[in-house]
Amino acid sequence: MTEAVWTTLRLATVTTALLLLVATPLALWLARGRGWVREVVAAVTALPLVLPPTVLGFYLLLALAPGSPAMALLRPFGIESLAFTFAGLVIGSMIYSLPFAVQPIRNAFEAMGDAPWEAAATLRASPLETLLNVALPLARRGLLSAGLLVFAHTVGEFGVVLMIGGAIPGRTDVVSTHMFQLVEASNTAQAGGLAAGLVAFSFLALVGVMLLDRRLGRVAG
Amino acid sequence: MSPAPDPRLELALSGRLGPLALDLRLDLPLAGVSLITGPSGAGKTTLLRCVAGLTRLEGEVSVAGAAWQDRSRFLPPHRRPVGYVFQDARLFPHLSVRRNLGFGAERAGPGPRGALSLEAVAARLGLTPLLDRSTVALSGGERQRVAIGRALLSEPKLLLMDEPTASLDAGARREVIALIGELARDLRMPVLLVSHDPGPVAHLASGHIQLEAGRIKSVSAMDGGGRDPIEGMSEADRDALARAAVLAGLSPLPPGP
Repeated sequence: MTEAVWTTLRLATVTTALLLLVATPLALWLARGRGWVREVVAAVTALPLVLPPTVLGFYLLLALAPGSPAMALLRPFGIESLAFTFAGLVIGSMIYSLPFAVQPIRNAFEAMGDAPWEAAATLRASPLETLLNVALPLARRGLLSAGLLVFAHTVGEFGVVLMIGGAIPGRTDVVSTHMFQLVEASNTAQAGGLAAGLVAFSFLALVGVMLLDRRLGRVAG
Repeated sequence: MSPAPDPRLELALSGRLGPLALDLRLDLPLAGVSLITGPSGAGKTTLLRCVAGLTRLEGEVSVAGAAWQDRSRFLPPHRRPVGYVFQDARLFPHLSVRRNLGFGAERAGPGPRGALSLEAVAARLGLTPLLDRSTVALSGGERQRVAIGRALLSEPKLLLMDEPTASLDAGARREVIALIGELARDLRMPVLLVSHDPGPVAHLASGHIQLEAGRIKSVSAMDGGGRDPIEGMSEADRDALARAAVLAGLSPLPPGP
């Protein structure tokens, strides 16, 4: 059981960190870009919101299995398959949580509008300098929301991780899949303990984030 | 006229922004305060934005002989040595007053005025006691003074001001206008100043550009620089002053322009 908890925390942490790195530039482009390509990408980005996790998991399993086109690309690096691996789980979780990361960050960039970018540009800051020194600090509450949502969403996911992870103990067995197995084996006491622990953890995480958010809000409007 | 060519702002721009068709042609000496007036929607702000590179129309812009925009190039805003004071100040809320002031200076490097230090500018603008405060709780006048200081410290060749006093109350407005006049004179900083109400700023102006419906309606020289105390007074104030002078036994003032 402890193993499942650790795998879950590791998965949620790695997914959150990597997804923020991917989602921030994407959200920036969606907020500030132009043209119909942007609309199409926005729709694709939101797709995991409406797809059943098992459908998403099914396609991911096909993509990560040996012989798929995606794996053919990775073959030169000595990777044959990512199905039923921790790396595969991370990829699946990132895709599954993508809309939860993109939307708050995109909202934050849209809310600040052009004004800070223009002000910084007239003060000699290049677009990259403006992003790092102005736009990201101003979007920090959106980034925080995105991080929290992705982390919580990853801790709670079930369908995708079961499909592509296979609940292998110590590698891909996470709290949600572990709990499912406990219930299947009629081990209600342990399942109950795990469930209560998850509720407590989620509550504490939310309180912590709200306090942090209020702090950030006080520093700047 | 001196034999060396005086630095000038030359622009010829045309294009369409929403409902407004613009055709702006301007050739101005880069000196003193040039007042830009006109009805709202005439293109005053667009003119400033085109000089700063924030808006792109077709055509050419050159400042002191350097082409900022022509057929083959469009210098992005962060490469143009202008200072821009927005109507709404646009201070960075996550930075202190000091870091707002220093934002442009850090990137500009030493400019033609070289010795402009943050502390000196802050002192001049009356911001010294506020330096380590957040910008969020500043008053309107304080915000606009930080915005002006921030623009000056980025060592601009040209200061663009878009209705810098429009959102201020009467007291703060007078104070900021006086400051603009002093800075333009003491630092020899050319200023393009957009104002929908020329009255309070007319006495600073050395030139007056009137816009109408996307075109330059007129360009005229003015006697500004703050030398003549009656310049820029309203007709009513002039009359009142003239009456007071007559009552005091002095000769009446000459009629207004």
